Amino acid sequence: MPHTEINRDSLLWMYETMVTIRRFEEQSRREADAGKLRGMHSSIGQEAVPTGICAHLDDKDYVLGTHRSHHHCIAKGLDLNQMMAELLGKSTGTGKGKGGTMHIADIDRGMLGANGVVGSNIPVATGVALTAKVKGTNQVSVVFFGDGASSQGVLHESMNLAAIWKLPVIFVCENNRYAESTPFEYSVAGGSVSNRADGYGIPGVSVDGQSVLDMFEVGREAVARARAGEGPTLIEAQTYRYMGHFGADDPLGYRSEEEQKYYIDRDCIANCRAHILEGSFAEESELKEIDASCLAAVNEAAEFANNSPFPDPEELLQDVYVSYS
Amino acid sequence: MTQAEATRQISFIQAINEALRQELQRDPSVIVMGEDIAGGGEREDFQDAWGGPMRLTKGLVNEFGRNRIRDTPISEAGFMGAGVGAAASGLRPVVDLMYVSFYGVCADQITNNAAKMHYMFGGKVTVPLTIMTGIGAGTNSAAQHSETLYSIFTHFPGLKCVVPSNPYNAKGLMTAAIRDDDPVIVFNNRQLMGMRFDDHVPEDQYTVDIGKSEIKQEGDDITLIGIGFTTRVCMEAAEELEEQGYSVEVLDLLSLSPMDDDAILSSVRKTRKVVIVDEDYPRCSIAADISALVAEQAFDYLDAPPRRVNPPHASVPYSKPLEALYVPNKERVLEAALEIID
Repeated sequence: MPHTEINRDSLLWMYETMVTIRRFEEQSRREADAGKLRGMHSSIGQEAVPTGICAHLDDKDYVLGTHRSHHHCIAKGLDLNQMMAELLGKSTGTGKGKGGTMHIADIDRGMLGANGVVGSNIPVATGVALTAKVKGTNQVSVVFFGDGASSQGVLHESMNLAAIWKLPVIFVCENNRYAESTPFEYSVAGGSVSNRADGYGIPGVSVDGQSVLDMFEVGREAVARARAGEGPTLIEAQTYRYMGHFGADDPLGYRSEEEQKYYIDRDCIANCRAHILEGSFAEESELKEIDASCLAAVNEAAEFANNSPFPDPEELLQDVYVSYS
Repeated sequence: MTQAEATRQISFIQAINEALRQELQRDPSVIVMGEDIAGGGEREDFQDAWGGPMRLTKGLVNEFGRNRIRDTPISEAGFMGAGVGAAASGLRPVVDLMYVSFYGVCADQITNNAAKMHYMFGGKVTVPLTIMTGIGAGTNSAAQHSETLYSIFTHFPGLKCVVPSNPYNAKGLMTAAIRDDDPVIVFNNRQLMGMRFDDHVPEDQYTVDIGKSEIKQEGDDITLIGIGFTTRVCMEAAEELEEQGYSVEVLDLLSLSPMDDDAILSSVRKTRKVVIVDEDYPRCSIAADISALVAEQAFDYLDAPPRRVNPPHASVPYSKPLEALYVPNKERVLEAALEIID
């Protein structure tokens, strides 16, 4: 069920979600290092962005992601076992092992897919919002993308289309400062993604993506606006990926230790934890229990995935089409 | 009663329009979007100003309203992607890509998303998207508004490709495409839109099976394979060959993916000679693919190598005399056929 305000329930849900994401990504890294998957776009550092937004969504709402989307999937409530199995290419994965880390989806949870082509999902999410509009439901469609994708034409085409049709879509740019190795300052003219909303007459909001509380607030407003039929919102979340682009690359090859430290010192999970304790929303012992249960769930997912079988050979030709003859 | 009275003749354009209208009536999840498909945007005084650049969608906005009949900005990647997303989330969108040459600005949405989502997501997401697009030279429209290009799309697993050749199969294939749970591209030849046809087109709804060809006429001496407009060219050539005493089989392919391999092979095994007539560029064309199919699977039956009639490896010229040399015509089909028929 969607959360409507900051309280003990929503804070603990967000804390648990973010810790789960981090433990999942750490385990994914270990699986990648063990050679079980090639390339692993880690979302560590960016956990607060989808968590604060997805707190307002339910299973009927849609989320679409990017090549770096494990955190979107977990925030949207996907099953960890099936996700980890998909990473390892196993038959028990969300896509029977045929999509992999960049193509996790679960339509039953409203996750319409991660996507390996930068920016590619932005118009797709706009179409999902069109379905809600045509059918007159109050569903919301959220698409996450990086600062790199903000230079793709489809973002601009989609903002234009969503604005003229007043579609219930939320464009969420996770500005983690780097498109692979290329810095934001170099590649984005004008120095802002959110300002680009002005050209389409829609709200554009820049928010501290390391603060799940701030993400929750902008998420609440954007979701309410979408549900009320008032149209799209562009959110630019200022965040940071702690790891390299795909794991094997060393980010210190293109950015400084000082810069990394600046962001890591403002870690979203540490911030959330401090807020919960300072506000006496929960005892430290409760948070430790959550920490332990998150780790246990991820360990169970890893065990499930590793013990699952690879797809049968005949699976190669399944699901190319619904029917073909 | 004359034959004209007993049958119902409508144009290719009317056939597409009727298929759309009847599916929109039958299924509330069907929507249509594209550039100028209603025309006039949301101006009340100018509703249905265009009805599509080729008038394929004329009148639909008056009957079904702007919620389901949507004029789009000139923004192919944006609205093609929106079609994919709408299809994946519960609608059956028909997206009009005015000319197939414009695929270049929205190819990612077609080949990376529409074609692959079902497979990548383990069969749990379907994309019942229909793309209709105008193809073909012969209209003095030059290189960027005259291409055929269907061969490219047959390359992609996950896409279905159909090419109607007359109003009857245009209506039936369009209806089948909308009802199909996979993404289907309907390639409508623009020369056919301006031609007269004698075929009877029932007013009631019907479908033409995707993946099935049609034997237009049976014969024993040679097989001519046509696709869309070139089926008409094959029929003209067949008439002349029959006047010269040959028995000609004409196969109208209709569907390129899936393709009716069995019908191609059984016809060629019977006639032992084949000419494939294809308006797409010659390299890596569907004609090349069919030629390979025949060579690999019916080699022992052949009395002569398979022959292909394509345009040259050149862009479509603007100047009318040059364009007339470009498009496969009766003379070129006759030339190819007569080289191998005896």
